Amino acid sequence: MPIDFIAIMPEIVLTVTALLVLAADLALRGDAKQLVNPLATFGTLIAIGFTVFLWGDERTTFGTMFVVDAYAVVFKLVFLVALLAILGISWRFFAEGRYFQGEYYFLLLTSFIGMVLMPSARDLLLLFVALETVSIPAFVMAGLRKRDLYSSEAALKFFIIGVLSVALMLFGMSMVYGFTGTTDLVGIAEAIRAGDADVPLLLGSVMLVIVGFGFKVSAVPFHFWAPDTYAGSPMPVAAMLAVASKAAGFAGLIAIAFVAFEPLAEVWAPVLGVIAILTMTLGNLIALQQRDLIRLLAYSSVAQAGYMLVPFGLARSGSDAIAVNDAAVQAVLFYLAAYAVMNIGAFGVAIAVNRRTGLRSIADYAGLSARSPLLALALTVFLLSLGGAPPTVGLWAKFAILEAITVDVTAFGVVLGSFVVINSVIAFFYYLKVVKTLWMDEAREGLPTLQPGFNLSAVVVVLMVGTVVLGVLPGLITDFTSITSVLATG
Amino acid sequence: MDPNTAGWALVVALFLPLVGAGLLALMPASMDRQIRLAAVGITAVAFALVVAITASFDFGRTGELQFVTDVGWITAIDARFIVAIDGISMPLFFLTYLLPLLCAIYTTKNLPAPGKPKAFLGLMLMLQTGMAGTFVAFDLILFFIFWELVLVPMFFMIGMWGGPRRDYASVKFFLYTLFGSVFMLIAFLAIYFQAGAETWSIQELSAMAPFGSSTFQTWAFLGMFLGFAIKVPMWPFHTWLPDAHTEAPTIGSVLLAGVLLKMGTYGFVRIALPLLPEGALRFAPIIGVLAVIGIIYGSLCCLAQTDVKRLIAFSSVGHMGFVMLGIAAMNEAGIQAALFGNIAHGVITGMLFFLAGSLHDRYHTREIAVIGGGMLKKIPKYGVMLTYVAIASLGLPGLAGFWGEFTAMWAAINPGLGLADDFQGLYLVLVVFAAIGTVLTAAYFLWLLQRINLGEPPAQWADEPLDDVKTIEWVSWTPLLLLVLALGIFPVLVFGVQDGAVSVLMGYLAG
Repeated sequence: MPIDFIAIMPEIVLTVTALLVLAADLALRGDAKQLVNPLATFGTLIAIGFTVFLWGDERTTFGTMFVVDAYAVVFKLVFLVALLAILGISWRFFAEGRYFQGEYYFLLLTSFIGMVLMPSARDLLLLFVALETVSIPAFVMAGLRKRDLYSSEAALKFFIIGVLSVALMLFGMSMVYGFTGTTDLVGIAEAIRAGDADVPLLLGSVMLVIVGFGFKVSAVPFHFWAPDTYAGSPMPVAAMLAVASKAAGFAGLIAIAFVAFEPLAEVWAPVLGVIAILTMTLGNLIALQQRDLIRLLAYSSVAQAGYMLVPFGLARSGSDAIAVNDAAVQAVLFYLAAYAVMNIGAFGVAIAVNRRTGLRSIADYAGLSARSPLLALALTVFLLSLGGAPPTVGLWAKFAILEAITVDVTAFGVVLGSFVVINSVIAFFYYLKVVKTLWMDEAREGLPTLQPGFNLSAVVVVLMVGTVVLGVLPGLITDFTSITSVLATG
Repeated sequence: MDPNTAGWALVVALFLPLVGAGLLALMPASMDRQIRLAAVGITAVAFALVVAITASFDFGRTGELQFVTDVGWITAIDARFIVAIDGISMPLFFLTYLLPLLCAIYTTKNLPAPGKPKAFLGLMLMLQTGMAGTFVAFDLILFFIFWELVLVPMFFMIGMWGGPRRDYASVKFFLYTLFGSVFMLIAFLAIYFQAGAETWSIQELSAMAPFGSSTFQTWAFLGMFLGFAIKVPMWPFHTWLPDAHTEAPTIGSVLLAGVLLKMGTYGFVRIALPLLPEGALRFAPIIGVLAVIGIIYGSLCCLAQTDVKRLIAFSSVGHMGFVMLGIAAMNEAGIQAALFGNIAHGVITGMLFFLAGSLHDRYHTREIAVIGGGMLKKIPKYGVMLTYVAIASLGLPGLAGFWGEFTAMWAAINPGLGLADDFQGLYLVLVVFAAIGTVLTAAYFLWLLQRINLGEPPAQWADEPLDDVKTIEWVSWTPLLLLVLALGIFPVLVFGVQDGAVSVLMGYLAG
């Protein structure tokens, strides 16, 4: 069976870049080592080029394991653009911090190989491999600040909980294989439809698989690692974990839930809906208490995962549910794209403030508007967008979720919608608290001047402009997400 | 300009303030004076354009949309960029361009701590685009965007330039309004899917209404009701208003009272009534009861206030109660009264907040007891001006405040659309209580005047050199003072413009 190399070109380019980065790091000495960053950026741009080239194509390779369609391409572009932004905010951070640059960029690229693989995977095995490729480099990256106890704690916590949940997931997958006799996602759906679907053990194994992804997207009650890990990791890694790694989890969850286990939607949708409610409510309530900006962003990202889980709670099985399921998947996809833009931006500003000074308490952001109006404006835009205020892309993200709810109103949908509304208001409370600190509080004496550097400033400005432009013209994304349909249901 | 083809004029007028805000942002902060003058220039140009639009508006057919722009916007959800103006929008739109101009003129000499005219005026211009957009957007999604756009600049205005409790007031304002507007959005979405017409156009949806069962309409109306009633604000959703108004800087209060609150009543008339006529009919008695409670409650609160600005803030609750009573009457006269009351309240209460602001500038307090009386002797022109506006506000015939309240009560005696069959008694009781409310309103305003205007100035102020009305205040206030009189003598200025549009609206309501 010939392999369709064009279909996997983005993955190949990333792999080659990762290896080149590793080799270049060995060859370069001293300050020259930071050149691996532009090298990685260049590789990412080529990968983006190949991905764009794949737009509009339908390709399948490795049997039916690996699929390239509009859905996968949009997801891959989200990942690759996120990678580009993370490379931008990483440069100075790692060049100045005397970190292990070659290793970092190699691990980062490797993790992203797993991510771009994820939306194409249509087989339990490939999904598992992709998920592990995302996770294992991330364990190492979280502990990259070797001499920092917090970083080590972050890595260890992340590793142990991660491995545990992956083990559970693998156990679940093996049972699913046992019941259905196939690892192909579409095949699993057919087997479930054909046979006795309500075997309790099958439902149990479905839940185990979902738990594994729940860990990845830091859904309550599998979120405990997230705040500590984000706070302890180097900041660009925290940004990557909070955005890209979470998005990868969602890519996998969409494939599992809406393709393989679609016939069982009546069982898992309420479960995921309840998890969504818990996740957003708990995340927001704890975020209210935070005094450290990174921890606040960490809990806010838990809450954001809750919003993104809401559409899963709406899912239904059967051929008449295609409209609902499509709207749900598109809402998640749009939310992820918007979330990537605004959350990486927020982390970017945090890095700019923190990098030289080590300041991270929200009180240290007082009077940022006077010290650096641009960064203050950018952080304001990102936080308002995370909350969902116009004219930012965050508004449309929330809109997409509410829209998915109203496609076909059910009692549970109304409950979910009410929680989204109440939580948006709670979330604004702490976002506004930060915004107020930025603009309305006096800076204390003796704070150093900020020098974010060209790369970081550029990334922050581009993301800020993107947040607003997409807020005015969301069609720039929706025109693409609306024609994607993962769901070869039927 | 031809109102049939010159849609560009409206779009330019709409976004001119926003572009102006961008221009201000580019000016260096050290050019304090030039920034203030530039803001006057921008608002003046925008106002001139709106005057030109008004002049070429075809008053013969106010029921139709004029200056229409209708282009595709977000194809994935069928949202379009529809901007137009008709008789209901016209007076509010005009006011939205007049008040910021006056505010900009006022700001050339007055700006509370911490200064920063660039940020302040930039936010005011952003706010202006948001408010103006709400009145001319004819697509539900576009309407929602403009509606929400208003929150952020107002939050910063209150939060940065406000009084001592600004932190609390700004967050309360933001969260309260946000809470309501999300439910409003859900109601919009529900209507969109219920209609199944793949359009958000208010005109098209109005023509297609009613949708769904009356249960659906009740629920959808409830969602919109939350959004609009909080904005108005109706009792018991008014608690954000006294805080926001009292803490906001003068300009913020003027725009809040003058335009922002009107967005709520406008939303009821433009969207909630025509799209959900049955829901509206079911809710009308409830709205009426809440409105009258608001009238009585607002007046009683006013009697208990010791702070002039807070008193004016609570008087808004009462006045907006009359506006909502007009809507609850569900007949042509009632809607006319509501819309007229909107404009009158905007002009009068906006002016009152100007006066309260300059009172604070002079006495450095707004406590009635501390001021202690004698303003007519100490600063006579100011005292006369306050008397004039306060009397207008309490509804003296011949001034603007009268027509909205009188017509609202007159309309509510005989409610339309069959409400008279079931609720005649209720409405009569409502009108009686509303009339008692007018007496209370007169009482607290006259008492206020008695306490701060009449008598001898207390020893504390007797030798204090207090300025009477300054030139800049004359310039920025005269248009409003004249409007108060003009609307009182020629109410047809507003009634006539709205007439055609309200007839069309009643057509939708009657089905």
